[in-house]
Amino acid sequence: MKVGIVAAAQSRYGERPEWRPHEMTYLVVEEALKKVGLPFREGYEDIVTCSSDHWEGMTLTDIRHGEMAGAHLGPTEEKVGDDGANGVLLGSVKIMSGHADVVVVTAACKEKEVKDPSVIENFAFDVPYQQLLGLDFTQAAALQAMSYMHKYGLKREDFAQVVVKERREAKDNPRAFNGGNLTVKDVLGAEMLSYPITSMECRPFCDGAAALILAREDKAKALTDKPVWIAGFGSSMDHHNLGDRDLAESNALRRAAQDAYGMAGIKDPVKEIDLFEISDHYSYQFLLWLEALGVCEKGTAAKRLSAGDLDRSGKMPVNASGGLLGGVPRYVAGLNCVIEAFYQLRREAEERAVKGEPLVAVAHGTTGPAGQHHCVILLERGF
Amino acid sequence: MARRAAIVGIGQTYHRSKRPDVNIGELSAEGVRAVLEDAEISIKDIGAFIVGNMELFEGRYQQDMWQADYIGAVGKPVIRVTTGGTTGGTLACVAFEYVASGLFDTVMALGFEKQYEGDTRAGLKTVADPIWNRWQTTGAIGYFARVAHFYMKECGAPEDAGSRVRVRLARHAARNPHAHLRLEIESVEQAMKSPYLIPPLRQFDMCPTSEGACAIIVASEEKASKMARKPVWAKDWTAVHKESVYVRGGRHSTADLEMAASRLFKRNGITKPMEQISVAEIYAPATWAELEWLEAYGFCEKGQAWKLEEKGYFHFDREFPVNPSGGVVCTNPIGATALIRVAESALQMRGDAGEHQITRKPTIGFSSAWGGSGWTVAHLLSSTKD
Repeated sequence: MKVGIVAAAQSRYGERPEWRPHEMTYLVVEEALKKVGLPFREGYEDIVTCSSDHWEGMTLTDIRHGEMAGAHLGPTEEKVGDDGANGVLLGSVKIMSGHADVVVVTAACKEKEVKDPSVIENFAFDVPYQQLLGLDFTQAAALQAMSYMHKYGLKREDFAQVVVKERREAKDNPRAFNGGNLTVKDVLGAEMLSYPITSMECRPFCDGAAALILAREDKAKALTDKPVWIAGFGSSMDHHNLGDRDLAESNALRRAAQDAYGMAGIKDPVKEIDLFEISDHYSYQFLLWLEALGVCEKGTAAKRLSAGDLDRSGKMPVNASGGLLGGVPRYVAGLNCVIEAFYQLRREAEERAVKGEPLVAVAHGTTGPAGQHHCVILLERGF
Repeated sequence: MARRAAIVGIGQTYHRSKRPDVNIGELSAEGVRAVLEDAEISIKDIGAFIVGNMELFEGRYQQDMWQADYIGAVGKPVIRVTTGGTTGGTLACVAFEYVASGLFDTVMALGFEKQYEGDTRAGLKTVADPIWNRWQTTGAIGYFARVAHFYMKECGAPEDAGSRVRVRLARHAARNPHAHLRLEIESVEQAMKSPYLIPPLRQFDMCPTSEGACAIIVASEEKASKMARKPVWAKDWTAVHKESVYVRGGRHSTADLEMAASRLFKRNGITKPMEQISVAEIYAPATWAELEWLEAYGFCEKGQAWKLEEKGYFHFDREFPVNPSGGVVCTNPIGATALIRVAESALQMRGDAGEHQITRKPTIGFSSAWGGSGWTVAHLLSSTKD
C-alpha cells in the first residue's frame, strides 16, 4: 500500500516571541489542511506530533499540540518524543496498517525560550558514566568531528566550507533566517564552542513549527494532483556510549539507509536518487552523513563539496534549502527535510529549486548525541 | 487492516516504591528479559522497539538513547512514543500497527518508570497551561476527589463505595505475584479507616507511585503460529483526546471514555459488553474512577456500578471480572501502567494468569489507558483469531 504526502506547511523560523509553541502548531496545521481543502478536525483519523516536554518546560506537551492539530474528541493522537522524521515514519506505518487513511504529522520547538540548553542535553547521557563528564550535544559532536578529521586526514577548513555553502543557499529560502555571505575564515574565526566546532558550525537555535499531511494512495490522489509517495523508510539505533562507536562512521545511518533503499528497490543511490535533504546539526555532519548514505566514498565528501558537486546546481544537490545550518529548530529538523524534499519533487521549491526534473529524493533526521539514532525517508514523485 | 497482529510474549518486572538496586536501564532490561523468556525467543528476533515513559517525571532526556544498549536495541529501529498516562496503551497500539503494516514481523513494546528518581508531582504540576491554568493544582488527587464527590452526589453512592472497590482490588492483588501493593484489606470497615486525602477520597482509594517495567512482544500471524505461546489477537484499538481545559463549570467530563469504548464496541459488533467481553483491565488511578468509568465505557447504566460492586459482581471469580490483577490502585509505574493493562488482559486471554485467572471463559478482553487532559486509549484483545 502506498503512502502519499499531499500537503505541507512550515512556519517562518527564527525568534518568535509572539507565538506560544502550540500556537505555531495551529498555524501550520491550519495552512496545510487548507491546501488540500480539509476542514479542521475532519477528514483525518490520526495525528502524530513531535515535541519535547524538556524544551517547553511543561509535561505532556502533546496536550496542547494535539489539541491545536484537532485532536479534541476527534482523530487519535500520538506523540513521538524524537525528531520529526520519526513522526513521518510513524504516520506512514499507521496508514500502511490500515488503521488510518489520512494522518497529520506536526513538529514544533521553541529553543529560544530555553536559557541553558546544555543542561537538557546533558540529561540525555547515561547517568553512571557520561552524564557526570558534563557532556552536551555540542561536545559529543566535537568528539565526533575530531575522530572524523583524524581518520580521514580532514581539516577544519573542510568543515567550515559546509557552513559557507549552507548559509549561501539559505539566502534563497524564505523560511530560513540564517542566510548570508561568509568565508571559511569567518567561520573558523567565530567563537569556539568546543574544538573544532565554532558557533557558526552549530545549527542556530530558533523557534518554529511544521506540518505535513499523509494519505493512503487513493485518498492522496483525490486530495491532490501532485502527490509525492513515501517509497521507503528506515531507522536504526547506535550504541550510546561514545567510546563504543567508531564516531568517524555512522553504522546506524548506513543501516537506516539500506532499509529505506531496499524498501524502495534502490540499488545505486548515486544514480537513482536526485537530491538529498539531510539533518546537519553541525557542519561536519553534512559530510559524514553523506558518506553513510552512500552518496560519497568514505572520507571524500569534503572534496566533492569543494568541487561544487553538492551545491544546488551541482551533480548531486544536497540541502538546496540551506539545511539546518540555515536555521531550523530541533524536532522540526527531520520533518523540515521531508517537506523541503517534497517541495523539490513537486517543483514548488521556487528559488531554491534544483536543476532538471527530480523524481527521487531522500530526507533524513537524527536524534541523540553525535547522531545516535537515524531515520531515512525516501520520496518519489507521483505524477 | 492489512495484517493481523498477535501478542506472543508478556513480561513484567516486580514493582516497588523504590528500586535502588537498579538504574532505569537495568530496570527496563529486566522487563526485556522477562518478555523474551516468556516468548522463548532471543533479542535477535526482535525487528523494532517501541519504548515510552512519562517524559518529564524522571528528569531524564531522550531515554531511548541511553537505554539502547541496556534493552538490546542497538542496530534496530527504535521509536519513543510518549502520551503521558496513556503511554503504555499507545505503545501497544503502535506495536500492533507496526506489525499490521506488513513491515515488521516481530516487535517489542516496552514501558518503564522509576518514579522515585524524579519528582512526579513537580512534573505533573507543569501540565496546566501557564497562562490560563497554572492556579490549578494539577496533582491526580484533586481530580479523583472530584470524581468521588460527583459519583456520590449524582449516583447516590454511599461513602464506602470506594472502599468496597478497594477490598476487591486487595483480594485480586494478593493473588497477583507482580502487584506492588499487596495489602491485607479484608473488610470495608478496615478500608474506611484509611485517612482522607481530600474527602471523600481516602489514601487506600488512590494509586501508589511504583517503579517497574512491562514489555510485550507482538508478531504477525505467520510468526505467531510458530511461537511457543498461544497467540492473543489484537482485535481493535483506538484513542480519544480531549482539549487542555478539562474541567468546565466545576464538572469534569467523561466524553473521552464514552467515545473510545463506543467506537470500539460499534466497530466490533459489541452490543452487550458485559456478556460479550469476559474481562476488563481498566486504567483507573482511584477506586471511585473504576465505578464512574465502568458506567462511562457503557458496561452498565449510570449509577449501577456501585450497586453491582456491592453484589460482588466484579470479582475475578464472578460475573464480570474487573482488574483481576489488582489494577492501577495496587501497581502504578506510570509509563508501564497502561501496558500492564494490555499485558494482563492478554494473560487472561491466554489462560496463564494463575491464581488471578478469571473463572469465566476468556474470549474478549478490554483494556484501557487514561491520562493527559482526559484521554482514553482502549484495546480489544481476542483469544481466538476469528
